[in-house]
Amino acid sequence: MNIRETLRVALRAIRRNKVRSALTMLGVIIGVASVIAMIALGSGARAAIDEQIQSQGTALIYLSSGSFGGPGRAHQGSGSVQTLTIEDAEAVAREIPTIARWTPGVRGRSQVIAGNNNWNTQVEGGNEDFLAVRNWVVAEGANFTARDVLVAEKVCLLGATVARTLFPDSDPVGQIIRVRNMPFRVTGVLAAKGQGQFGQDQDDFVLAPWTTVQRKLLGINYIHQVSLTAGSSEVVEPTAVAITRLMRARHRITNPENDDFSVRTIEEMAATRVQMAETMTGLLMSVASVSLLVGGIGIMNIMLVSVTERTREIGVRMAVGAKTRDVMRQFLAEAIALSLVGGLAGILLGVAVSQTITHSLGWPVAITAASIVIAFAFSAAVGIFFGWYPARKAASLDPIEALRYE
Amino acid sequence: MGDTLIRVVDLKRSYALGDVTVHALRGVTLDIAKGSMIAIVGASGSGKSTLMNILGLLDRPSSGQYFLDGQDVSGFDRDRRAELRNRKIGFVFQNFSLLPRTTALENVELPLLYNGRGARLHARHEKAMALLRAVGIAERAHHTPNQLSGGQQQRVAIARALVNDPELILADEPTGNLDSRTSVEIMEILQRLNRDSGITVLLITHEHDIAGYASRVVTIRDGRVRSDDPVESRRDAATELVALPPVEAEA
Repeated sequence: MNIRETLRVALRAIRRNKVRSALTMLGVIIGVASVIAMIALGSGARAAIDEQIQSQGTALIYLSSGSFGGPGRAHQGSGSVQTLTIEDAEAVAREIPTIARWTPGVRGRSQVIAGNNNWNTQVEGGNEDFLAVRNWVVAEGANFTARDVLVAEKVCLLGATVARTLFPDSDPVGQIIRVRNMPFRVTGVLAAKGQGQFGQDQDDFVLAPWTTVQRKLLGINYIHQVSLTAGSSEVVEPTAVAITRLMRARHRITNPENDDFSVRTIEEMAATRVQMAETMTGLLMSVASVSLLVGGIGIMNIMLVSVTERTREIGVRMAVGAKTRDVMRQFLAEAIALSLVGGLAGILLGVAVSQTITHSLGWPVAITAASIVIAFAFSAAVGIFFGWYPARKAASLDPIEALRYE
Repeated sequence: MGDTLIRVVDLKRSYALGDVTVHALRGVTLDIAKGSMIAIVGASGSGKSTLMNILGLLDRPSSGQYFLDGQDVSGFDRDRRAELRNRKIGFVFQNFSLLPRTTALENVELPLLYNGRGARLHARHEKAMALLRAVGIAERAHHTPNQLSGGQQQRVAIARALVNDPELILADEPTGNLDSRTSVEIMEILQRLNRDSGITVLLITHEHDIAGYASRVVTIRDGRVRSDDPVESRRDAATELVALPPVEAEA
């Protein structure tokens, strides 16, 4: 029997038992759909991380106080030690020529009040280059000046979320907000960036000169972080190495395990997050694969029932000349057709689920051609694998027994 | 004529049923000439079904030789036997053995799917239709078996048996499930095929009056040939059919 005939016979057998075939396919449909959705979620997360790297600039380097510690050492957490100073930052910026711009960073949470509205938010301190280093744009008003930083002026820029919350109906520029009972004049509002890749609101902060935040608001004499940009993305790694070497020299650290600071590049951070996303996707994928496996077992089960039910048919076919491979092919084709049709439906369902996830939860998803091909190939493989045994069983029936079977 | 289509020599077949060995055939030697119509008669348990299965290449003898058309087929494996069944043998069973929910036409075409010649759909339809016409139920070509009477189903089965132009038709109790008039009709078709087309017909039955349509009767008992005689007054189904009272139009 040729391929076309085999296919025709298989499809007809499937059509004959519509409800049963549909229920059998359901397992594969759900399996393939979840595989597609999981791959889509995974690649969506990846794409979002890539996009974020682009939006932050690949040349960004963070120098933070505290370190992640070596093996066997307590994790201190970044910003938890008080040894990073503005002198460190200035020295790094002065002595490493590949650094383009930099800003110190200090931060603390605080209640901010404007009129009857108040809001708990992060107050960040930086210099006049903060916006350039961290890729922020002023939407209204203007950035504060170097002089503001020098004299610790009580001025600030509002993140879009803060601006909207404190000044729902009016223009915030030029207005006064109170932070810990201190009046700050709003010089501008930042353009919104939206959600970060962990779903956090990147626009929920107030930016003020670091001098003001450090001395007047927090009352500390150290800084939490320095953000720097390298001249180009090619020199990021050597710059990071140079920063580390200089910092160890300044802090008289000989054993890297004793580092009281950490230097991270945005690429490193992104790599970590990509790895996290991939681990998560892998985990979800394995769960999805289990459902595909269960779907396959469902197909095998139904095919076994079908072989028994159609024993006489098999006998008749053998009597009129069907060879072992003809019978084998017929049942294998049926199993494969079941799983492929299920696979196709699963792909459609998976795409629909992915879209729903994007729309209702706002998670980024990306459906790739590869994932569809993989899902399709996988469902074909399931059909072959789980169809083999029933088909073998059908083909090895004794024609005499099969003809006599009631 | 005069050529031998089937020659079996000292054919034996035994089955192991648990600890007991059942000897179904204990040495059958038989020649069947091309173009003959022969009845194999025996009570149930006589071994005639086993003999039929072996002659029909559905089974293999435990020992002995089987020459089909001059070829020793006793050692053929499953697939070679399937191929030979497809090409040389047409089966007509007592219970018709048509595929359910499949039209008469498609049932007749079934052996064409396995003949390895890959005939076109159109050519297959033509051939099957011609045979359905020959057995007189062309107008029922698109009915499924459950829409057909027993006699009609058996006609479809005969058409199916003929579709690959076989040398041999093996009819296993072909009238066992039919009333007497329909039985005569079926026998008329088989006699006509034997007479006009020269197809060898092997009739397996336990009814001696059905065996009377053959030209030779072989009786099997206890796995051996008991008697092998020409039929003296052979029945002619066509003549009998004319004598039978006409039936009212079929329901």
